[in-house]
Parts: sequence; C-alpha cells; structure tokens
Amino acid sequence: MKPAPFAYAKARSVEDAIALLAQHGEGAKLLAGGQSLIATLNMRLSAPRILIDLNGIAGLNSITLKGGEVEIGAMTRHAEIERSDVIRKHAPLIAMAMPHIAHPAIRNRGTIGGSIAFADPAAELPACLLALGGLVEIAGPKGKRTVKADDYFKGLYETAIGACDMLTGIRLPAAPAASRYGFAELSRRHGDYAVAGLAASATFASGKLTKVRLAFFGVDLTPVRAKAAEMALAGGDLDKAVAALASDLDPPDDIQENGAVKKHLAGVLLRRVVQQLTETRA
Amino acid sequence: MKIVADVPSPLTALDRPNSYIGRAVPRPNLARLTQGRAQYVSDVVLPRMAHVAYLRSPYAHARITRIDKTAAEKGKGVIAVVTGAELSKVITPWVGVLSHLKGIKSAPQHAVAVDRACWQGEAVCAVVARTRAEAEDACELIGIDYEELTPVTDPETALDKATPVIHPELGDNLTFERTLDAGEVDKAFRESDAVVEATFVFGRHTGVCNEPRAIVADWNPGEQRLTVYHGTQAPHMMMNLFAKHLGLEEYQVRVLTKDVGGSFGIKVHTYADEMAVVALSKLLKRPVKFVADRIESFVTDIHARDHRVKGKIGVMQDGTITAFEIDDLTGIGPYSVYPRTSGIEANQVVNLTGGPYKCPNYRARARVVFQNKNVMCQYRAVGHPIATGVTEGLVDLAAAKIGMDPAELRRKNLYPDDGYPATGASGIKFEKLSHHASLDKILAMMDYKALRADQAAARKQGIHRGIGFASFIEVTNPSAAFYGVGGARISSQDGATVRLDATGAIFIHSGVTEQGQGAEAVLAQCVASSFGVPIDRVRVITGDTDNVPYGGGTWASRAAGIGGEAAWQAGKALRQNVLAAAASILQAQPEGLDIKDGIVVDKGTDRERITLDEVARICYFRPDTLPPGFQAELMATRHYVPRAWPFAFTNGVQASYLEVDTDTGFVKLLRHWCVEDCGTVINPQLVDEQIRGGIVQGLGGALFENCLYDERGQMLNGNMADYLVPMAMEMPDMEIGHVVTPTADSELGAKGAGEAGTAGAPAAVMNAINDALRPLGAISLTEMPFTPGRILKALGKV
Repeated sequence: MKPAPFAYAKARSVEDAIALLAQHGEGAKLLAGGQSLIATLNMRLSAPRILIDLNGIAGLNSITLKGGEVEIGAMTRHAEIERSDVIRKHAPLIAMAMPHIAHPAIRNRGTIGGSIAFADPAAELPACLLALGGLVEIAGPKGKRTVKADDYFKGLYETAIGACDMLTGIRLPAAPAASRYGFAELSRRHGDYAVAGLAASATFASGKLTKVRLAFFGVDLTPVRAKAAEMALAGGDLDKAVAALASDLDPPDDIQENGAVKKHLAGVLLRRVVQQLTETRA
Repeated sequence: MKIVADVPSPLTALDRPNSYIGRAVPRPNLARLTQGRAQYVSDVVLPRMAHVAYLRSPYAHARITRIDKTAAEKGKGVIAVVTGAELSKVITPWVGVLSHLKGIKSAPQHAVAVDRACWQGEAVCAVVARTRAEAEDACELIGIDYEELTPVTDPETALDKATPVIHPELGDNLTFERTLDAGEVDKAFRESDAVVEATFVFGRHTGVCNEPRAIVADWNPGEQRLTVYHGTQAPHMMMNLFAKHLGLEEYQVRVLTKDVGGSFGIKVHTYADEMAVVALSKLLKRPVKFVADRIESFVTDIHARDHRVKGKIGVMQDGTITAFEIDDLTGIGPYSVYPRTSGIEANQVVNLTGGPYKCPNYRARARVVFQNKNVMCQYRAVGHPIATGVTEGLVDLAAAKIGMDPAELRRKNLYPDDGYPATGASGIKFEKLSHHASLDKILAMMDYKALRADQAAARKQGIHRGIGFASFIEVTNPSAAFYGVGGARISSQDGATVRLDATGAIFIHSGVTEQGQGAEAVLAQCVASSFGVPIDRVRVITGDTDNVPYGGGTWASRAAGIGGEAAWQAGKALRQNVLAAAASILQAQPEGLDIKDGIVVDKGTDRERITLDEVARICYFRPDTLPPGFQAELMATRHYVPRAWPFAFTNGVQASYLEVDTDTGFVKLLRHWCVEDCGTVINPQLVDEQIRGGIVQGLGGALFENCLYDERGQMLNGNMADYLVPMAMEMPDMEIGHVVTPTADSELGAKGAGEAGTAGAPAAVMNAINDALRPLGAISLTEMPFTPGRILKALGKV
C-alpha cells in the first residue's frame, strides 16, 4: 500500500492552483484533506503525476453569513463546521449531518470542499447541498462561476467541476424562520457511508409543508432529488409520497444491500424525516 | 482448590499473603505498549535489509503462461525479481495433512505459485527492492500473461461430476470427510414428539489484526544461520518448518518473537508469502522484510467459518432432547493450510455439536471441499461458534415448537453438575463442568424475570426486543491429541526456566508467547506466587527459540493453563533450591524456612532471616564461604503437559438482549452477559477482557463480518471500509461472571478462557433476534451475518 511515485506542488493561491492544473492537465489531482484521495493513492487505484496541495492557500477556511447566505470556504474542515455557531444557527441541516460523517480523526482533516468535489454518492454533505439548493463556487482558467446544486452532480464521482477547475467554496441559503430540516441515515456502523440516507429541507407553516426538497444519498450514482415525493408531500399526503419513491428512485445493488432493500429503507427514512420536519418545536 | 500450603491451615497456597493468583495484576508490558515503545516486527530495521512485495494473481484460477522480468529487474532500487519456479529451488513445497484426520488430502503448495494461481491474491512473483515502495513500483513492470481457468467457488457443487477438479492428481475436490453415528438416532427421531430442522449458514470471516502479518528473515552465510523476526504465535513450530523446507537443521534457525499486535489464530499458520521471505533471504544472503498491507491481508490472512450446516433436533413434549443430527459442508480454499490443516474446524463442529447436553443419539457428517478462494484455517474459537450456533439454534427452535421457556429447556437437558466425569455423544470427555451453576448465575445476573417483563412492556409499544441464550463448551489446554498424534511437530508441552539473579530478582523464560492477551502477566503472577517475590521483581522472557524452553506457543487457550502451570512448578522448584542455599548459609533446616515477599523467613513465625539479594550475593560471589560440597542451583526448569484429559473442557452460557427495528431490519445490541468456568482464575481482569474481546469477535460474525466473493472467486470487500469489523459504538455493555471448577490435572487448576466469548456470542444473538421476531410471524433467521436485508426479508418486508 505505497502510492506510485508522484510529484508535489504547493499552491500559494487559487490562481496558482488553477495555473498548476492548466500546466499539468489530467495528470494532476488537487489535495485538500486527503481523506479519500490518499487512500486511493495508497491502494494504487489512482496514480496522478502530480498532487497540487491546497492546504497552504489562505482564506479558504472561513464560515461567514453574508447577504442571507452562509458561505463556507472549500478548505474548511468538518471539525470547524461541527463547532461553528454560524452553521448551527443558519445552516442547521449541515449541523445535523455532521455527527454522521465518519469519525473525529477524519473530521479533523476532511474538508467540505473535498467532500463536495469528490461527490461520493453515499456521503452526507453532497446530499445536504442538494437538499438546501445551495450553490457551488468554481474557479477555472476562464475565471469564476457559480453552479446550482441541481446542475452540479453529473454522474458517479462526476460533477460540474472541469479538469482544470477548482471548487473554492459553497453558498447555502441562510435558514429562514419557518424553515424546517430533516436528516436521517442508516449505516451498518456509526460513521460508515450510508446504506441509505435522506437530507431534507422545507417550509412548515399552518400544518403544511411547502418548498420541500428531498435529497437521498446512498441510493444512486449521485445524491438524488425525489421530486414526485416532494410534490406529494406538498400536497399533504405522506403515504403517496412514500409510494412515489418507487418512481423517484431506482437504487442499484451495492455490496451492503440490494436495490429493493435500499428502496424500502428510503421509504422508512422519508417517514422519519417528515416526522422531523413537522414536529412541534420546543 | 488442590494447591496445598506448606503449613497445614484452612488457607491454601493461593491465599498466601504474597499470592498474586486471583488478583487483577497489571500486565508487566503495559507501560511499554502504551508508551509506543513496543518492539513489533513491523518496526525492525536491520543493516542491508531489503523489502519484498508480491505480484498477486488477479484471477481465482489461472494458468501462468508467461512471466517477463526484464523491465522489473531494471526498476529503480530493485535487487531481485524471483519467480515461483526459481524460489522452488531454495524452498520445498508442503502438504497440509495430519494422519489422525483420516483420509485428509491436499496438494503441494509452493512459496510463490508455480505455473498456476489457485486463488485471487496468491503471490505469483516476488520483487525484492531497497524499499517497499520501489518493490511495489517494480511489481507493475512485470510482464505476466494468464490463461484464466474455470474457478470452483460454490461448495455445494464442488463435488459434482461437472465441476472441474482443482488438483486433478487428487481425483476430486474433497479435502476431508468425517462421519459419526452414536446411539440410535433414527429410532430417537421416530419416537420424538417433535422434530425440528433448519439450515444454518455461517459467513466467511477473518481475524483482522491490529498489526498485520510481519516477518524479517536474516540468513547469515558466515554462521550458516537463519534468524527470523516473526510475528507468530508458535516460534518453535515455525523454527521447525523453516528448517525443514530450507533443508537446514533446526539449530540453524532462530525465531524471535517480540511484541505482536494481535493474532486471534491468524498468526499460527504457515503462509506462502512468509515462507518466500525466508527463502529470499537465503537466496540473496541479506535480511528481507515483508509486512502484509491491509489489502493483501484480506486476500491472504486465513479466512474461517463459511459453513453450511443442515441440523435436526428431536424433542419430547416434556422438553427432553432425544437426538441431534447435522450435515456440515465447508469450502476451505485450494490448499489445506500447513501444518494444522483446514480439516480441524469441521472436525471440531462434529466433536462439539450437542456438547452441553446429555443426549446419546447423535449423527454427523462433515465434508470439507476445495475451492478457488483464499485459504481457510483455524481462527479464534475454531468450530465453536458453528457447533454452538447449530446446537443452540436448534434448542431454541425446539423450545418454541413445544412452547417451553428456552432457559427451562436447557436446564432440563444440560449435563447435571454432579454427573462427572462424563463422555459426550461424540466421544469428548468432560472432567467436570458447571452448566447448571452457570445457567443459574446468568439468570440471576440478567434478572431474567424482569427482563421478560421489560420485553413484554416494550412489545406493547411496538418495540421488539429479544432474549437469546447460548450454552457452550470450549476446548482448552490441548494435549498431544490435537496435533502431535497426527504427526505435526507442534509441542503440546511447555516449559519454564526460572532463575534467581545476583540481586535477588527473578527471570522467567517461557515457551508460550505474548500477542496482547496478557500471557506475560500470568507467567509473572504464577512465578511470583509460587516462588515468593513481589511481582515487580519478575522479568518475563518469551519468544526466542534460542533462549526459552521448547514449547508450543500461545493458541487454543493454552498459555495460562499450560504455560502458567509450568511457570508455577518452576517457581516452586527454584524456591526449594534457594531455600537449600539459604539453609546452608544460615545453618538451618530448609524445611523450617519459607520465602515471603522476597525475604527468607522462618516458617510459621515469618521472622526475617536473610534477604534474597544476600543469598544471591553469597552464592554468586562468595561461594567459597558455603559449606564444602554444597552447590547452589539458582536456576530451575519445569515442564507441563496435560495428561489425564485430551482437552480441558470449559463451559459457560451467554445471553443477549437486543432490539430489532422492524422497519429497517437494524439490530441494536442492548446488553450481553457471559458466565463461564475456566477453573482457577489467575487474573480476573485479563480473563474478563479475554471474554469481552472474544464476544466482540463473535458479535462481528453474527452481525457484521463477511468476506464476500462473487461467482468468479473475486473478493468484493477486502478493505477496512467494506469489511465491517465490529466497532465500539455498536457494542453492548457486557457483564461477565464466573463459576470456578479447577481442573485436577494441574496444581494451578486453570483452564483456558481465550475463546469462550467467541464461541457463544453468535448463537446468543441469533436466538435473541428470533425471540424478538417470532411473535411477528417472521421466518427464523439462521444465516449469519444478520444483515438488515436478511431481517427485512424474514419479516416479509422486501
């Protein structure tokens, strides 16, 4: 379990990282927290010619509330997010997801940018981004652009990030007063990737759910919205929403469970998350 | 208690004021280990040491049609690229059979595959380089062509005519078959009020060690000696095997085993890639190191279990068990593992099934077949979780069938505590067990009635909890009946040499080894107590074939019971020698003296006469002052091997209380209890932690661990993310209790305790899950691990 030889460059700025990417092309990989990348290198599942280390870039690890949005820099560690008052108050869904992400040692190193850029289909944060309808900030050779979460996930480990691009941060709508969030996942052991999980946001007023966004994870090649179920919930019919998952989701079998089990679990998760979304607040 | 004090008194020798027996003495290696100052083989660095990495077969079964080493040999840092054919000129192949397993057969296995790879992960070429990374780089430069052959992966069809035979010279894929027919099984089933049948499936799993397998071999041509730093459980056994297959005499080989980061039975076997290391060192005349990485550990460390057992039990309406019948099938990979064979686990299943119960009618068949998967062999609690799973699963199904409480049905059939010695239906011999006392104790510990009430109350709220029991027996302290009689040069006896040093401290050299379980603490306790010194004056030396008595090592729950007894006896012998020396100095009678807390005292009054360091000073430096003709002998050796019984059987019972989420199929373990009887408890803390650790590995098999293979023989989850070892968050609190029935075969009376936890935990969990789900009309769950999907399926939800 020794990685194949690779070169190493320490980027001094986002522009520097982009320039290095442009220079080395497909053979380059960006190193953020390294919690997925280093394991794949050690197992020789990937053998980049050069690692571009982002850990020396200043200013990418801030959590700020600005213009009704929570901005999180790409290099912010999970552990910093876990302890952030801004996150707890204004992005409670992220706070709910945090304890489910791996283990403290991994949360100390892993970054939100790394997680969103890697886009593991069973990971928590990509699903939260999708449930919140957040935005992804991407820098590239032609400058900066912003991609909506709904347009960001393209396929298994594929996103809107191009070969010479770098994710620099994410923006999430700050939680309005009537907003509600739900999060649940089922994993065989605490900290494992989910067998199935659900991150949800909605507005709850007068006993009714509106603006429902359901993002399932661990059930497809990317985190997925369950749009028919969202509509059914907005219509106030939970049973119909659970039934609608049959058309919303088509989970492939994986090593832990088959698709039928995952689909069943998605229905259980939906009922539990809707309970969270609609329960009376203290 | 059989140990007799020197002075007749109501107290025994174990109650001497300076006795450490029965006390939770901290292990002497604790500070070193926790301060990161251990000496693991993984840390060993020698001058001119090279590293080996192996190219491993990506196919489960393939002919190797071409190996081109040219590019790899030119790789950076590469010292040698060696094929199986080349290495076979240095080290001979081996065949893993034992003569007492009648009919067992296997094929010669090479250190590195020659012409053909028989499982995914088998080494097909070795690269030795300056660093492990360079060796791995060069592995990618080896040109190799394979012709893929049809893999045999399903044990159920391994013996079919249409299935290819993995080793054509053997005639078929049958490794070993054993049948047994005791009593009148057919008649008993005919006359039973109820007969229950079920098929039990036990997943393939492996023991994941904290420190992977590691070896450094150093052939010194000047000395014509091979020194091997080896993370093994059996240094003398490995010394013999290295010598035998390299064409050396045993005295030309020294095996050094210092700290070992866990073993669990994984490190008591011959591994092809380790045999290759000693051969490469001899070939290249320099030290060569190999440390298995996690990925290769999963496809080369022995796997275990993977049994399919069809079981049948007969029962009368009053709860009397009338008969057991089993048909066991297991696939063990392409070779029977050397030298202990891969027939032992199935053999144990036959021996142990039905073991706790007085039922003379028992029929069994076990078949062991070859397949193109990683090799299987003995892992912690060999065969016990399977035999206990089948037995206890059947007992619970029978109890449900006749409507009897499962604890009551057990009480009705367990061997009575006053009915010993006894012989089980399979022929196993019990000296003295305590099934009923153990059952009574566990029912009290768990407050069984209150627990049933809690279960009923929860059920009313739609929370489904279950209680499961598993009575069990455990094989410990094996005599030569285990391996020696089958022709293997594996010592069942063990020795201890105890020496008084020149300052009055005690050194003990023991043939057993320490892999983290606390064997060194037990040895120190035994010697400190029987000799009579404070325990911090005892230094323990293990794991050096040049410097410890010839012994078996640590496996099959033998270190405390056998190694401990040898240490106890050696301590006593040295005490006699030292008292003789003290008596000659003091001009007293040795019978009138004793050693307490490191001081020679008058027996009875405890009046201080002379300190040990003064005795040592005179004997070592001023022997001229001793009476003429007196020679002090300040070193004594004693050996011990169980003779009266082939094995010291222990017994116990476990119970699990758990909750099944019937919507998700997830199981939450709430509580776990174990009462076991390992005879004299030398160190209660170490015993309890052995039980707990064993339970965790049993729970792993019940709920998490499973080596998944596809039909092409590819392991699908060979990494720490996908192979689910049990972790702390999912583990329940465990309460451990003891009943103490010492064996009369040794003075110490200690039996083994290392495997009891693993033996019973899976069955207890299985029975608890079925207890939780039975009222819901679920199909009985008998296939481990009990995954959410399997539970949902049993509930008819998917």
